[in-house]
Amino acid sequence: MTKAELVEIISQETGVSKKDTGLIVNLIMENIGQALVSGDKVELRGFGSFKVKTRRARLARNPRTGAAVNVPAKRVPYFKSSNELKGRLNNKD
Amino acid sequence: MTKADIVEDIAQRTGLTKKEVAETVDLFLEKIGDLLVNGQHLEIRGFGTFKVKERKERMARNPRTGEAVPVPSRKVPVFKVSKMLKDKVAAAG
Repeated sequence: MTKAELVEIISQETGVSKKDTGLIVNLIMENIGQALVSGDKVELRGFGSFKVKTRRARLARNPRTGAAVNVPAKRVPYFKSSNELKGRLNNKD
Repeated sequence: MTKADIVEDIAQRTGLTKKEVAETVDLFLEKIGDLLVNGQHLEIRGFGTFKVKERKERMARNPRTGEAVPVPSRKVPVFKVSKMLKDKVAAAG
């Protein structure tokens, strides 16, 4: 499914115009993105949370040459789904 | 950051009522859950992709008794962060 299709479905149920719904959906992503860029986490009850993990600097090897390469520390965003959402996927209802 | 913070920010920036925004945000999250339950995925450009992965059945051990127990196959929701967002978060760190 695409974002446009999802916006259409939501707009039909809420009565909020497609234009405004699209705007809200875009601003949801923007809010989450900004929070992650600032290193904050976003908790959405019943859905999951978006967080940033820090990967430590490490020494890796270039598999072709065998030379040791320094991989600097970096921040990686990730999503942890709620137990509710996990449960829904495995429910037999 | 919580859902309430996001709703507040969006309402302020768009001039839409908090009720309209909250309904849309709730429905957005609910619908993502629905489509994952139906085995669909959702790709949002510049943000990431929500999809379902299947974990195979495996044997595990009860750490207390050492007994082998089968863990049945199950579905897990995953979010693959877009390269754009990953790069933004990494660059901010």
